[in-house]
Amino acid sequence: MLFEAYQTDSFHDEMFNADGSVRPEASLLLETLQSLEEGHLQRSQRAAERMLLQMGITFNVYGEAAGTERIFPFDLIPRIVPAAEWERIERGLKQRIRALNFFIDDIYHDQKILKDKVIPEEVIRSAASYRPQVHGINPPGGVWCHITGTDLIRHGDGELYVLEDNLRVPSGVSYVLENRDLMKRTFPEVFEGLRVRPVDDYPSNLLDTLESLAPPHRGEKPVVVLLTPGMYNSAYFEHTFLAQKMGIPLVQGSDLIVEDGFVWMQTTKGPCKVDVIYRRIDDDFLDPDVFRADSLLGVRGIVAVYRRGNVTLANAPGNGVADDKVIYSYVPDMIRYYEGEDAIIPNVPTFLCWRDADRQHVLQNLDKLVVKAANESGGYGMLVGPHSTKAEQDDFADRIRENPRNYIAQPTLALSRVPTLIGDKLEGRHVDLRPYVLYGKNLQVLPGGLTRVALRKGSLVVNSSQGGGSKDTWVLAGGVNGH
Amino acid sequence: MATETRPLLSRVADSLYWMARYMERAENVARLLEVNLHLQLDLPLDGNQWQPVIDTCGEAPLFRKLYGEATQESVIAFLAQDRDYSNSITSCLFAARENARSVRETISSETWEHVNGIYLKVLKQYAQPAEDLSPEVFRDLRLAGHMFQGITDATMSHNEAWHFVRLGRQMERADKTSRLLDVKYFMLLPSASGVGTPYDDLLWSAVLKSASGFEMYRQSRGKISPREVVGFLVADPDFPRSIRHSIARAADSLDVIREGAVCDSVRLLGELRQELDEMDVGQMINSGLHEFLDNLQLRLNTVSAGLQRDFFALRPQTQTQTQTQPVGGE
Repeated sequence: MLFEAYQTDSFHDEMFNADGSVRPEASLLLETLQSLEEGHLQRSQRAAERMLLQMGITFNVYGEAAGTERIFPFDLIPRIVPAAEWERIERGLKQRIRALNFFIDDIYHDQKILKDKVIPEEVIRSAASYRPQVHGINPPGGVWCHITGTDLIRHGDGELYVLEDNLRVPSGVSYVLENRDLMKRTFPEVFEGLRVRPVDDYPSNLLDTLESLAPPHRGEKPVVVLLTPGMYNSAYFEHTFLAQKMGIPLVQGSDLIVEDGFVWMQTTKGPCKVDVIYRRIDDDFLDPDVFRADSLLGVRGIVAVYRRGNVTLANAPGNGVADDKVIYSYVPDMIRYYEGEDAIIPNVPTFLCWRDADRQHVLQNLDKLVVKAANESGGYGMLVGPHSTKAEQDDFADRIRENPRNYIAQPTLALSRVPTLIGDKLEGRHVDLRPYVLYGKNLQVLPGGLTRVALRKGSLVVNSSQGGGSKDTWVLAGGVNGH
Repeated sequence: MATETRPLLSRVADSLYWMARYMERAENVARLLEVNLHLQLDLPLDGNQWQPVIDTCGEAPLFRKLYGEATQESVIAFLAQDRDYSNSITSCLFAARENARSVRETISSETWEHVNGIYLKVLKQYAQPAEDLSPEVFRDLRLAGHMFQGITDATMSHNEAWHFVRLGRQMERADKTSRLLDVKYFMLLPSASGVGTPYDDLLWSAVLKSASGFEMYRQSRGKISPREVVGFLVADPDFPRSIRHSIARAADSLDVIREGAVCDSVRLLGELRQELDEMDVGQMINSGLHEFLDNLQLRLNTVSAGLQRDFFALRPQTQTQTQTQPVGGE
């Protein structure tokens, strides 16, 4: 039996209550799983893995030989989000992204929030992702974060918290779509009787969003392209996937040139004007004239064209200022400042090491806290206190003393768990959730998201580069099964 | 630019063209090996037919340096498995896949999954020593090549991108058929002009089979004769691997791609097509088949270089793929 020895181990389990009874939204799924014949789940799991390899759904791992590809492990047991909870998540994300967008626009214009002393000016100036080069730019509609992936976690208290905002070039949405597809192909019986909200329309919505950003007077069908750093980027699969699903060209920096104040792509019939660029290249590498001069990935002069409004870049350069983990701790204040509301989804309590009192506390509790570099992502530059060695803690203590602005710390969270196939039986593994939000003419939240799962027993790190996998995320439609 | 069709990036066109060439090249090498393995079974013990396979690929000096004597094992190790030799089956499939990977958004998912699947399968199959490799793996690859053509034809719109795929395939085919003929003809000629041994038919049949042309030859030409085989493989208007047919289809695609624009590659390929249409095969053989084929290969390379200038290298700094093989025959 799959669930025979299953234990929730005093963690919040997304499928079972603390007393071991099944949560109402998961009861049908549990019935289906229990009715499967011996070995069926394992066979479906292997079929899914073969399919991933055949479909070339892989990512590249930095630090290994160029072109080394791995599949992103996929687990067949879905994570279920009931309708009412999703409704709240959706409202909370829209509120948050709206405030972050106000904030970015403010920072690159009047900086009212600094003048009103809600956020110390010093925090902005010292943020590694702050880009004075984009000051005064007016992106179409005043939108700076067109595509966002916000990381949510559920703590032992059963509450959802925002762990991180990913505004720069968030990745992973292709896995949301592929995971669903894979589930339908390898394990169709689990959908029976449930009303799972579809995710398939994401590429259409993304294309609509991008087309809505075109500079004025570009006609009915603006030219939208996706700019990738190339085949050896860790998210290359996603770039091709999205370009293919949207039916737009996938371009590299070397395919584009700036001439006569516009951006052109080099085609077999000569140059062709480009209106909107969904860029998956970091700010730093976008334009050697403005950012890093040694970048070979970007396009020289592209930011000047953007500033003049002759091409639109999505996401807007400079928006990463709101990704900074110190600035993150001020997001509830931003929501209050710009929208006059309390945050619907709370932040994780955060200690800022540049504050003397906070730093003292952090240094004394390194074995209990999670320490993160303020401007890193992908699980790099991170210390998980309870799972660390004394040497690692000492190393981080030195780094914090050396550059306190660059470090924050948070309590070690008891991330909620979802049953996951490990060998021949199911065991609880910790998960987070990254929903995706589009912001063009209005805000749209994809009903679902990427549920990342830490496959190593006890591990809290869900990043793909650190032994994480993913699961399908089922947002239930309201009505019979949603509550 | 106000066109209705989606513009095609120069880089993408380049990769589509080479993806198709590499798939075709891998298939041709596989067929050559497959036919030769079968042929071996029918020949007397001293009839080693492996050196000619290397000659067909135009790689005799390199092979001699790396492997010495041409045996079944060494030739298979070189042509099928050697990752350091850029035109081995594994290298070709790797290159085809890398090109496919870089244009995944343009080709259909089916095309990508096929190319990826073949690469992964061959990587696994060919990992064993050459002597353990069953002839089946070459047959599999030949079928995979046919499937590649079928999948691109059936799942991609026959738009500019598809025409670059077809152009690549046809250019490679013309090149490969000419190489095959060049080597085989001179190797076989002495015995063909003589009384004729029981092996003549066998060897010429093998040449036809190497181009998947034996049955179709029989239907249109009947008895095996060297001149007829040459006529069939060079100038048959209907056989899909004849040089004339390959060039004609390549020229068709190039006509669609260029949309009336005049450029070197179009002019060169058009001239070649016309010459083949009007050619007197008997006269060509009398004045020198080898000279004709050698010249043909040079001109195909010129066309390829023209494509580079006219379509692929429109961007300022381009890295060209120089994946031609040596022009052989001497």
